[in-house]
Amino acid sequence: MNLSVWTEVAPHAPVLLRGLLINIQLLLGLISLGLVVGVVTALIEVYAPRPVGIAAGAYTWFFRGVPEIVLLFLFYFGLSQFGVPVSAFFAAVLALGLRSSAYQAQIFRGAFQSIPHGQMMAARALGLGRLRAIVHVVLPQALRLSLAGWSNEFSSVLKDTTLAWGIGVVEIMRQASYIRARNFTLTLPIYVTVALMFLVLTYVGNLAIGLAERKLRVPGLEGQR
Amino acid sequence: MALLRVENLHKRYGHEEVLKGVTLAQDAGETKVVIGPSGTGKSTLLRCINRLTEPDQGRVWLEDTEITSRRTDINRVRAKIGFVFQDFNLFTHLTALDNVRLGLMKVRRMPRAAATGRAMAELERVGLAAKANAYPAQLSGGQQQRVSIARALAMDPKLILFDEPTSALDPELIGEVLSVMIQLARDGMTMIVVTHEMGFARSVADEIVFMEGGVIVEQGTPDKMFRSPEVPRTGEFLRKISDLYGESR
Amino acid sequence: MNLVFDPAWLPRLGQGVLLTVQLTLYCMGLGAVLGAVLGLVRVYGGGRWSPLYWVASAYIHFFRGTPLLVQLLGIYLGLPTAGILVGPFLAGLLAMTLNTAAYQAEYFRGAIQSVKSGQMMAARALGMSRAQAIGHVIMPQALRLIIPPWSNELIYMLKYSSIVSMTALRPETMDLFGVARSIAARNFRYFEVYILVALFYLAMVLILTVALRWVERRVRIPGLGTPGRGI
Ligand SMILES: Nc1ncnc2c1ncn2[C@@H]1O[C@H](COP(=O)(O)OP(=O)(O)OP(=O)(O)O)[C@@H](O)[C@H]1O
Ligand SMILES: [Mg+2]
Repeated sequence: MNLSVWTEVAPHAPVLLRGLLINIQLLLGLISLGLVVGVVTALIEVYAPRPVGIAAGAYTWFFRGVPEIVLLFLFYFGLSQFGVPVSAFFAAVLALGLRSSAYQAQIFRGAFQSIPHGQMMAARALGLGRLRAIVHVVLPQALRLSLAGWSNEFSSVLKDTTLAWGIGVVEIMRQASYIRARNFTLTLPIYVTVALMFLVLTYVGNLAIGLAERKLRVPGLEGQR
Repeated sequence: MALLRVENLHKRYGHEEVLKGVTLAQDAGETKVVIGPSGTGKSTLLRCINRLTEPDQGRVWLEDTEITSRRTDINRVRAKIGFVFQDFNLFTHLTALDNVRLGLMKVRRMPRAAATGRAMAELERVGLAAKANAYPAQLSGGQQQRVSIARALAMDPKLILFDEPTSALDPELIGEVLSVMIQLARDGMTMIVVTHEMGFARSVADEIVFMEGGVIVEQGTPDKMFRSPEVPRTGEFLRKISDLYGESR
Repeated sequence: MNLVFDPAWLPRLGQGVLLTVQLTLYCMGLGAVLGAVLGLVRVYGGGRWSPLYWVASAYIHFFRGTPLLVQLLGIYLGLPTAGILVGPFLAGLLAMTLNTAAYQAEYFRGAIQSVKSGQMMAARALGMSRAQAIGHVIMPQALRLIIPPWSNELIYMLKYSSIVSMTALRPETMDLFGVARSIAARNFRYFEVYILVALFYLAMVLILTVALRWVERRVRIPGLGTPGRGI
């Protein structure tokens, strides 16, 4: 590849970036959904009565064992088969978000279980109810412990947003294939450009999480993990 | 001619000069005990002898082979020098028998059956033939150290270097390792032993070497070193460790 | 709601399973070889400033930091424009292999580094060369440590193999999900077909998990805990 190829790619960069913006929106949507459902699932697995806990375990097992792309097709085409009107974007957030919730639940569950039992007892001794003890004492500590595992999950779902291409979301891969269709010789450079954009995004994202981790660190507790 | 000669050995880590010119000679069949305060360079000296650590300056000969020469095939030399580590370093994925056999088969290229026979004989010698099929994690510290001595012996070494072989052991396990070493010394094995076991030094050492600050302060027979050291510091140090470690063993 | 499952789907899905399993095992095997080499280079390749170390690190960062789909399409659609023709199966296998090798390299590095340094020293003290020490002492221990992360990776790749159907696979070389898509496209029973195929994947995950646990127990070093659980 010589230099002139890259001068040909440059004009397409804005279109690719517009596609990437959709990936970022997907990412924000699915990771928030995954966070909320994941925390709740983890809480259920750790604190709820056994039958409910088992149901939560089955839920995470299903979403961890089925390929992302199968989930995407299931939620998009499967739902529309029953007349539920879903956009491809919404189906993607739902499918990938629930998948992520299963992985996040596992991260949070580990964190909950590593909070010493004494914390809960001390909170209850103060007269806090079980739920309020969890919310005010256990949860803040567990979320902080989860950041390392969470940053892995972040990198992985960021890359998985490209799979939404399969059900027709007009994100970066779709934009790349449009450009490719009109300019066949640019195929390889375009995909290399897409790859580099993801590298930068992954790097920036991890930097941000690293900063957050430092901000949220409890003085004196460093190096506990 | 001496079996081993060490000449003016220097080693520096960053700004710290750990060995500042060490010279010694060792005859075949001799047992030397090296003592000295922590951080003095005793381990570094042993490791420089078989070049597990590269010395910066100085020479080492094993008979007429210059170990420190670039042209020497160091792996051939190491096969002739046994090394016993403070923390045993048995290969964790191999049984006691395989630990002893590995060097015979892979370095000495001995056929499997012959290697097995030799390895079993060495395990017998350290009293562990019954544990041939045990893995290191299934052995006590004393047993592990005896297997590691058997591993060194199997290679038919001309010389064995011991780096504090009993320091990582619980007190009640030290004796079994020392008695194996005492027997070796009596059988005429050539050994350099870094240790603070003064009972061992008194009963089998031909010479005691006192190191401090990267140099040999004084050396001599146990008798001379214990009764009439020339350097006051030697007597002081010997009294201190005799108090600490006792001599009863 | 009225669900329709047709047993006539099963033979074709079965063939898809076969291809998925093949693709997964091949890429894991080839990826292990490449990953082991990359991992060894990262540990023994001469340190931060050697070109070999640098190339291995760049490779690992690139393939871990970019989506597998981009790698797949780059290979399947991009390489032909540079005059290198690859069929859909080979493109899928290549992308998956290159991708998993980068992840496996990191597992190998971690496993090699968690073998205690005294092991290398003891091997060298016996007169073994560096290569012998790595081959007879370091790797046998590292390989045991690598089983748990490797099992996870295998399950990841089993699932990710479904994206090869994003390239137009020919009917005779269709993976499980490719078969499912082609069945669903004909009879519009999306929900039933995709749920069924999801269960197929779950079953495969279950079987692999059990099988690998068994292997892990088989190679456990007596007296030590489960390998890899402690690190
Ligand atoms: N690989 C290394 N890198 C840097 N410094 C080292 C290294 N090995 C040893 N040193 C330093 O060299 C000095 C001598 O170490 P050495 O292990 O030879 O002492 P020693 O006499 O065996 O002590 P001990 O009785 O504690 O075993 C110490 O200050 C140690 O910190
Ligand atoms: Mg030492």
